[in-house]
Amino acid sequence: MPRILLALSIAVLGIGAAAAQTPLKIGVITTLSGPGGYLGADIRDAIELAIELEGGKLGGWPVQTLVEDDGLKPGQGKQIADRFLKSEKIKLFTGIVFSNVAGATVPDILDAGGIYISPNAGPSNFAGKECHRNYYVVSWQNDTLHESAGQNATDLGYKRAFILAPNYQAGKDALAGFKRYFKGEIAGEVYTRLDQTDFAAEMAQARAAAPDVVFQFHPGGLGIAFQRQYQQAGLLGVIPMVVAAPSMDSVILKAVGDAALGINVSSHWNSDFDNPANKRFVAEWTKKYNRTPTSYASQGYDTALAIAAALKATQGKVDDTEAFRTAMLKADFQTVRGAFKFGPNQHPIQDWWALKVEKDEQGALALKTKGKVLSNHSDFYASQCKL
Amino acid sequence: MTLVLEQLLNGVQLGVTLFLLAAGLTLIFGIMGVINLAHGSLYMVGAYGAALVATKTGSFLLAAFGGLAAAAITGMMIEFLVIRRLYARDHLDQVLATFGLILFFNQAIVLLFGRQPIFIGIPPLLSGAVQVLPGVFYPVYRLAIIVVGIAVACALYLMIGHTRLGMLVRAGATHREMVRALGVDIRVLYTTVFGLGALLAGLAGLMAGPILAVQVGMGEQILIVTFVVVVIGGVGSVRGAFFGALIVGVSDTLMRAFLPGLLRGVMTGSEADALGAGLSSMGIYLLMAIVLLVRPKGLFPAHG
Repeated sequence: MPRILLALSIAVLGIGAAAAQTPLKIGVITTLSGPGGYLGADIRDAIELAIELEGGKLGGWPVQTLVEDDGLKPGQGKQIADRFLKSEKIKLFTGIVFSNVAGATVPDILDAGGIYISPNAGPSNFAGKECHRNYYVVSWQNDTLHESAGQNATDLGYKRAFILAPNYQAGKDALAGFKRYFKGEIAGEVYTRLDQTDFAAEMAQARAAAPDVVFQFHPGGLGIAFQRQYQQAGLLGVIPMVVAAPSMDSVILKAVGDAALGINVSSHWNSDFDNPANKRFVAEWTKKYNRTPTSYASQGYDTALAIAAALKATQGKVDDTEAFRTAMLKADFQTVRGAFKFGPNQHPIQDWWALKVEKDEQGALALKTKGKVLSNHSDFYASQCKL
Repeated sequence: MTLVLEQLLNGVQLGVTLFLLAAGLTLIFGIMGVINLAHGSLYMVGAYGAALVATKTGSFLLAAFGGLAAAAITGMMIEFLVIRRLYARDHLDQVLATFGLILFFNQAIVLLFGRQPIFIGIPPLLSGAVQVLPGVFYPVYRLAIIVVGIAVACALYLMIGHTRLGMLVRAGATHREMVRALGVDIRVLYTTVFGLGALLAGLAGLMAGPILAVQVGMGEQILIVTFVVVVIGGVGSVRGAFFGALIVGVSDTLMRAFLPGLLRGVMTGSEADALGAGLSSMGIYLLMAIVLLVRPKGLFPAHG
């Protein structure tokens, strides 16, 4: 008798499950290991938080994420995309942190008719002539991050800058972006290696160039090492530093400690932004993960919200990419960063803010928002994109 | 001129760190004939061991002992449990097994410590910068690394040249079968040498901790360069490892620092930077290729 009951209940449950919507699979290819591992982990956790807050759904439609680690290796990202496309039949992709991985992986996804929504990397080569109808960037175009830093350095009155970035697509975009908006003179320009951890040689060059200000772009573990060695070389407090958000996120801040006081940062988002969407995000994130969200987390969350808004309009369907595109481009959702819309190349048009590392009331280090650097800022490549 | 001197010091500092890793790697290869890809994991274990003790006790001295002990014990465990079974196998099996160890250790560290990098502060005694020559300031901690590295090199020189253990090591590197035939307990020697190599790797890791991020995968980044050092110096030769490490450390640093500047004299700025950055990251591999062409056994070969 119990056996029949068991069989019956399995049958009933089975029918029940079949009647419910099969969840839409979202392929999340991201960097979870190595020095940049926490970047991808924050993006993944934020996407999962957004899905959890909606009870396993996005825009009212059940979704399921498949997360894989690309290990910051372009080849590995490509392989994962290939497997997701062919074996899992996934159509909707997101997650890539680093521009070199995006450069290898995104074209494969788009060529196979998939949709890619970037929560971080926004390399310049996909923003201009090579833009694509199924490629969206929710975070920023790489250059704009550093254009805001260039503008910030100009606003702060610096005249001679020494600039450094790793020798890969996002690093080149960084220096190009900074130079575009910095009105002073460039005292020196150095490309480091993306796998470099010791910056002693570059510190010596920066000191010898005797600039007013140092601008550097070193995301994740690179940034922590850079900041600490900057302090150890006795440069901190001697030559001020201006950076964009990825070079001074809350994890780097915690690792560097008091030495980071006074560093000027520019960002499109900060944990102290006073809007309801952000307040909810920061509260829920802190409750679930018990750590301060980084800007990567905010971008992952906004990406999930953007997908939710599009799925709501398309009744949870992604097969008709043009219908999905129409829905996506409306950007009908409240971002945690405030004003946001998609430009003609499907990259963001948004505001940029100046932040500064200060102590809060409890004496803990925090990034404090100071004022606006750029308003309704699009990117340099938007005009070259014909869609 | 002062800039050149500062960069030379940076190069020597990188060199002695590489030496500590390369010495162990080359000893293990020279004596046991094992290619130990997991040597970088021992570097990581040393750094994590030190970081763990440092965050618990706040003492750098205790942390140093913690890191050394963690690396040495892990090294001997690896030898006892895994490597011992590989001596008779060919290099492909060894590479596969030790690559597996890399994956194992990386995942173990992720489970124990998480993915976020951790940091050890520089001990107050060694913090700050000191004027080594008029106008040349250099971080005290990096000077300390150079001193420790050279002290270890001297100690290794004395140990290998003037002790019984050193005699066995030399004999093992050149006439392995004969040592065995003479009745030396080769298993104890193997475990000891592996432990010693692990200890040196751990020392490099714990000293690098306060400068670099202590993070999963830190060993693989430096392991590749260490192999270059071993090849340039001559496989199995500790003397070769020392000079190879200094050559690689200094040439890598100097190329990184000055090549773009030199190229800017003959071409436009952005091209010079791109070419300079590319050439300097290739530099040590080019150097290795040249050494292999001219001296296929390395600069200081162990076997005659």
